[in-house]
Amino acid sequence: MALQYDDVLAGLAEIVHEVVGVPTSDIDPAKSFTDELDVDSLSMVEVIVAAEEHFGVPIPDEDARNLKTVGDAVDFIVLAGGA
Amino acid sequence: MALLTGKTLLITGVITESSIAFQVACEAQRQGAEVVLTGFGRLSLVRRIAGRLPRPAPVVELDVTDRDQLSTLADRVREHTARLDGVLHSVAYAPPGALDGKFLDTTWEEAATAFHVSAYSLQALTTSLLPLMDRGGSVVGLDFDASHTWSGYDWMGVAKAGLESCSRYLASHLGQRGIRVNLVAAGPLSTLAARGISPTEDGSGTFDGGWSERAPLGWDSRDFQPVAHACVALLSDLFPATTGEIVHVDGGAHAVGDRPAHAPAVR
Repeated sequence: MALQYDDVLAGLAEIVHEVVGVPTSDIDPAKSFTDELDVDSLSMVEVIVAAEEHFGVPIPDEDARNLKTVGDAVDFIVLAGGA
Repeated sequence: MALLTGKTLLITGVITESSIAFQVACEAQRQGAEVVLTGFGRLSLVRRIAGRLPRPAPVVELDVTDRDQLSTLADRVREHTARLDGVLHSVAYAPPGALDGKFLDTTWEEAATAFHVSAYSLQALTTSLLPLMDRGGSVVGLDFDASHTWSGYDWMGVAKAGLESCSRYLASHLGQRGIRVNLVAAGPLSTLAARGISPTEDGSGTFDGGWSERAPLGWDSRDFQPVAHACVALLSDLFPATTGEIVHVDGGAHAVGDRPAHAPAVR
């Protein structure tokens, strides 16, 4: 079944909260992982790995590098999950 | 029979799937080994990555600069295995001020950190595990050829020269216990660590600088298999009379100054 945008956003917020401790209420699509959510490069690796497992979609390194905001990541996962 | 059947290895340095150590752990398991991983800092990430190995592997916390963790390492590993037959040292770090052309301005504290984590740690790790290696064994470390300078590598290069010497001294001191100590000097690989010090995002920047053209066998910085296979071979019983050695797995680049003009193009 295709992944829904709001479900992916909620799931991703939970993952970011788990990895870096930011409250899920602070996480919205416009936020930059590195500039606004304190996600450093290794934390980002963990977010990606956890997202791959949670949503069952592969996120190759070259794509992961382009995911600057939460919204970028949600869009990618929704697209990859619907394919 | 697989090369590592009946052997148990401790593998340091797994942080992502693009870690050399992850690829060695995969190949070691395929060759029949039981594997125990150590993780530094982000244990939750290391445990997730451990779940992507062919078979699950326990993760033990280890900061190679933490005396308390080193002194309890053997006991903590013993919760998973009674003894070890091999150890992979795949640990290196230099602070930003010790890299990227800052060689002349690097402070002692920065250089000391690079040496502590990247060179002394081979002795610290190996000696802390000796209680589990009473039947001999094989220690293998990851190296980057330190016989030349590499732009951007700076004090990490000095630390790797220290690692090379450290492995020879360990080989000398541990030979009578039947423990071999060798390094694999890998060509540039696109790891997370390499991407951290390379000007190009795929890690093929600084170090690759013509590597694939210079290497008689060619070189692919995305192919970890040659390095993983070499580590597994050294961890196996195939090299019983080799210690204090540096095996270059770099397409042959270390051996040549330039290539004959008539050399056929590398495919």
